Amino acid sequence: MADYAHPEAIVGTDWVAQHRGDANLRLVEVDVDTAAYGEGHIPGALAWNWTTQLCDTVQRDILSKDKFEALMEQSGIGNDTTVVLYGDNNNWFGAWALWQMKIYGHRDVRLMNGGRKKWLEEGREITRDVPSYPRAGYRAEKSDLSIRAFKPEVDDAVRRRTAGLVDVRSPDEFTGRIVAPPGLPETAQRGGHIPGAKNIPWASACNDDGTFKSVDALRRLYEEQGITPDRPAIAYCRIGERSSHTWFVLKYLLGYEDVKNYDGSWTEWGNLVGAPVEKQAA
Amino acid sequence: MDRAQDYRRRRETVGEWPIAVTSYRIGDEYYCAVDNVSPGACLCRATAGTREEAEEQALRKAREMVARTRTLPT
Repeated sequence: MADYAHPEAIVGTDWVAQHRGDANLRLVEVDVDTAAYGEGHIPGALAWNWTTQLCDTVQRDILSKDKFEALMEQSGIGNDTTVVLYGDNNNWFGAWALWQMKIYGHRDVRLMNGGRKKWLEEGREITRDVPSYPRAGYRAEKSDLSIRAFKPEVDDAVRRRTAGLVDVRSPDEFTGRIVAPPGLPETAQRGGHIPGAKNIPWASACNDDGTFKSVDALRRLYEEQGITPDRPAIAYCRIGERSSHTWFVLKYLLGYEDVKNYDGSWTEWGNLVGAPVEKQAA
Repeated sequence: MDRAQDYRRRRETVGEWPIAVTSYRIGDEYYCAVDNVSPGACLCRATAGTREEAEEQALRKAREMVARTRTLPT
């Protein structure tokens, strides 16, 4: 992991096993499947539910600053706490939570490489006990929108090629052959992709055990598709969680300066009246 | 303290769609989760006293869900 651009943003399961009892460390599990935590989790880990605790539950948006501060405080997280996030699906929503924590300026937040799957597969200790921590004080920074893309920036990327667009969904979603991943409800009126986007599925960045590929392999993966560190990049998927995983790879493992997550993603673009759509394969 | 034991992951297909079946034992119970591989979203889970029962329950529901996937002309 030392070769990554920001090795401080990632820890291994060994590190977590050794440090999970540290007073200034908070472990948080964030799963796609919110029932997984209840089966068993890393001792001392809290859970955040992405459907209720990491979004605005009224309008479609990320957490407001006030609600983010409240979540940190009730989790016993202060501004100087080291937070290690992990979850199922190779850290999809772990990365989603990390992205929001960076938007609000949390300094020391890391992903556990390989996520929940690797921890279980290695037969490490788990528990069903839900910990509680003393309430902390937290003051979030003003939101950093340099890592979040909204539709107008995507429009610019389409019309003026101001940024490389990375569609991290599956090839069948990219071509519009399917509108949603197999077995999941369709959430857009149209299938296809944003014009000019490159299809680099999120999982291409991972090894079979869920850990991230080497920095050389990652560099090849993106640069061969024209997603290079010298120009801005915008990642998107269906609802912005898979693309936060790719955002993390580009920002923290490869060190791209200007990379954003378009959390509106296909559920926004694929429902817009008059938005251009392409369907050809990559 | 518990541990996940007998962790196994295998792939199957439902129609043309690959799915992954993950199962393991925690204490006296077997847990099974079925995901859709691409992108890997969990479709359903089941818990039972044996691996076979847990997998059968989870797979039955997963097959129904995946079979409803609509394909469109491209």
